[in-house]
Amino acid sequence: MRYLPKSNAERREMLDSLGLATLEDLFAHLPDEVRLKRPLDLAPGISEYEIIDYFRARAAENDGGFASFLGAGAYYHYRPVIIDAIVQRGEFLTAYTPYQPEISQGTLTAIFEFQTMLCQLTGMDVCNASMYDGSTALPEAVMMACRVTGRTRAVVARSVHPEYREVHRTYARYQGLPVVEAPWNRETGLVDLPALEALVDDQTAAVVVQSPNFFGCVEPVREAARIAHARGALLVVMFTEAVSLGLLEPPADADIVAGELQSFAISPSYGGPYVGVMAAKEKYIRQMPGRLVGQTTDAGGQRAYCLTLATREQHIRRERATSNICTNQALIALMATVFMSVYGKQGLRELAEQNLAKAHYLAAQLEKLVEKRGARLRFSGPFFNEFVVDCGGRDPAEINRRLLGDKIIGGLELGRFEPDLSGCLLLCATETARRETMDRLVNRF
Amino acid sequence: MIRKVRSHINQDEPLLVERSSPGKKGYQLPPLDVPAVDPRAALGPDNVRDEIAGFPEVSEVEVIRHYTRLSTWNYAIDLGVYPLGSCTMKYNPRVNEFVARLDGLALAHPYQPEAVAQGAMRIQVELERALAEITGMPAVTLQPAAGAHGELTGILLIRALLESRGNPRRKVLIPDSAHGTNPATAAIAGYQVESIPSNAEGMIDLGELDRRVDDSVAALMVTNPNTLGVFERDITLAARLLHERGAMLYMDGANMNALVGIARPGDFGVDVMHLNLHKTFSTPHGGGGPGGGPVAVTREFEPFLPLPRIAGDGLLRYDYDRPQSIGRVRAFYGNFGVLVRALAYILAHGGDGLRNATLDAVLNANYVRRGLEGCYEVPYAAPSLHECVLSDKRQAALGVRTGDIAKRLIDYGFHPYTVSFPLIVHGALMIEPTETEDKRELDLFIDALRSIAEEVRDNPETVRTAPHNTRVRRVDEVAAARKPVVRWKPAAS
Repeated sequence: MRYLPKSNAERREMLDSLGLATLEDLFAHLPDEVRLKRPLDLAPGISEYEIIDYFRARAAENDGGFASFLGAGAYYHYRPVIIDAIVQRGEFLTAYTPYQPEISQGTLTAIFEFQTMLCQLTGMDVCNASMYDGSTALPEAVMMACRVTGRTRAVVARSVHPEYREVHRTYARYQGLPVVEAPWNRETGLVDLPALEALVDDQTAAVVVQSPNFFGCVEPVREAARIAHARGALLVVMFTEAVSLGLLEPPADADIVAGELQSFAISPSYGGPYVGVMAAKEKYIRQMPGRLVGQTTDAGGQRAYCLTLATREQHIRRERATSNICTNQALIALMATVFMSVYGKQGLRELAEQNLAKAHYLAAQLEKLVEKRGARLRFSGPFFNEFVVDCGGRDPAEINRRLLGDKIIGGLELGRFEPDLSGCLLLCATETARRETMDRLVNRF
Repeated sequence: MIRKVRSHINQDEPLLVERSSPGKKGYQLPPLDVPAVDPRAALGPDNVRDEIAGFPEVSEVEVIRHYTRLSTWNYAIDLGVYPLGSCTMKYNPRVNEFVARLDGLALAHPYQPEAVAQGAMRIQVELERALAEITGMPAVTLQPAAGAHGELTGILLIRALLESRGNPRRKVLIPDSAHGTNPATAAIAGYQVESIPSNAEGMIDLGELDRRVDDSVAALMVTNPNTLGVFERDITLAARLLHERGAMLYMDGANMNALVGIARPGDFGVDVMHLNLHKTFSTPHGGGGPGGGPVAVTREFEPFLPLPRIAGDGLLRYDYDRPQSIGRVRAFYGNFGVLVRALAYILAHGGDGLRNATLDAVLNANYVRRGLEGCYEVPYAAPSLHECVLSDKRQAALGVRTGDIAKRLIDYGFHPYTVSFPLIVHGALMIEPTETEDKRELDLFIDALRSIAEEVRDNPETVRTAPHNTRVRRVDEVAAARKPVVRWKPAAS
């Protein structure tokens, strides 16, 4: 086996030093009844060449060279080449969690920069070193709000990504944390503020909205904050499309901002690995879950970084920890950090403006079909790079099938999540959408 | 004597923002092929931000240099052994990185139609089958994103099954040698945690278990081999005792690298367990993640597994119609890219290769133990599997602690072992070399720790003030926590 770096002569020498005859003797103390007495029923090991063949064959079963207009929590953005050049350096790729700061300053410095840039983007004071993904960051944010307020109830806008809400329900259900959902306004596609206000009470720990929301619309964060704060609840603002942060007013009225950074040059990769993040107001730092990197000095007085406030975490606090999270998404967070570094202050803005322009072009072209085919924008709320189209009584699945025949993966059929929107598609156009392809989609729509 | 390393020049580097200058660019976008849109008109003036204060503006070459310089400040498995106990830091095969980046996999969207996602689904089915065979447990979910997430999924599964039988019960028992994630997970799953003391050999105390398991106990969470690297000899008896009283046996698979091909948890009574793909199955740690935490279960738990499940024989499809499911634990289907890498590792080894890896892993741990037992105390005599635990008892008598020895190891060119864990060993040195270390590296490691033991006798101050040869000296972690500075801010003007 090419990954095992020992000759049989060396094994023999090592066994001799242990006074053992064979490798099997190392297991002689195991009770007989637990031993597996046959070989594992797995095919024999194969060469690198064959491994690549196997995965190329699987890849070919997915890949038809399609143009795609899917978004809904996983977005197609251009990935600058240097991102992989950096994250494939063994010193980043194969390093452990930086618990030993003297030989981990590379990872620690990069995470400190990640935390800094996320604070600047979100308008928050502090940010952790990452969460598994956006969907798990939602229940973690709500649990944090429960610790801060000493309350248990969450009011979640139904315009939050449905799979995020499902994950939240799984976490909440077994802890006995009540969750109620606030409807979206049928005209605007935004959270229904009067309904939200009516649902928030003195037992509410968190009000959760997502902006841009699942339908692509920019939510009224300030009004949601006013409603939450009026009853002493925290406002949690989620995001799934991080590129929007380059253009949208940061949700500085929130108490916790959590979301998904897949848009920052993380491959869609069939749903993961991505990188979640959580940022908050400084006063809540000791209630945050996950790892945090802090600045300090070494014995010689130089600037240095280390993991900090570990007394929040499971390896110190055990059952009283703020979360059970241990592993995070450091390497993916590094990808996002390099992405933010490459685009920088101007680039992120310009990138976001291109997304806005592409999606608004596609929407405008589709709107021209109103008279001919009855298609129209479903919602009036302002949108960033995705939007909901009402197919005018035609079957969205049928439209998608027709597009697929033309090598276009169309929009997400919303009926699977929202029965009221069963005649609708969620379409996304990022900077990677070409005008010619968008025109083709519109023609076949 | 330090034999593995010598010092060389490495570059200083400021924070990226400290290199920033207005107007520098590291990107170029193609010209917009559609009409530009005025953000204020499209989004409303209140919804558009001002410039991002403090965000960097740098060129591409500065980005490359910045991160390359930072990278040289890290230790990594590609540089040498990572002897962290229960962390299984093994070689990360590069072909795994290559295949995970194939367009058809990396560019697959989680919502693309099933008809054009069959390859991604088949990879999952194949990995589930392999992990089921390795664990001896018939059903596997790949959704959890990491070990602790797998634990949570597993304990929720136990809760759901017990609830379906009328009573979820109140308590989860956890040995005092367990990882911190175990009690933290049980608490998040809504259980009271009861710690049970290990016996004189560091193992599960059957008598203690017998006294504690009643109808309030939902499960026992064990790591096997435990965090001493010792196989829990009475595991089948423990399983029987739990099952007779309607409780479940949960296994933390962090130490599965000791068992693959040798013993299967499903054969010794485990009901639910998680695996760490970033440990046993070689996916890279990446400085702290991503990981993968698949959960394997016995048949009776299958209806409760997270949504969705893959169904079908020829054409695969997702099954969402599972009324007893605990629900989703993560959006989409898990850390798919990590699953690809783990399957590549399994394919490379095959059944025999996986077993051979286990043999070498256990050989390496025992070889290190033998090499060090003359200099360091062995607190428990039981035979080691894939890791060994020593203590600083002799060195502590001279005023040097395990944490100091660990820092001195850095000067010798090694990453430290796991310090002060498991908690049942005072002053623990917990060492797991893994199978991907050659004899030369192990000999150098043993020599280094022996040499440090001599230094403790002859020149303890050198050890107490280590490391001496790193670019930063011992880092003041206490000051960092006292007044946390967790982001850069411009100097007050």
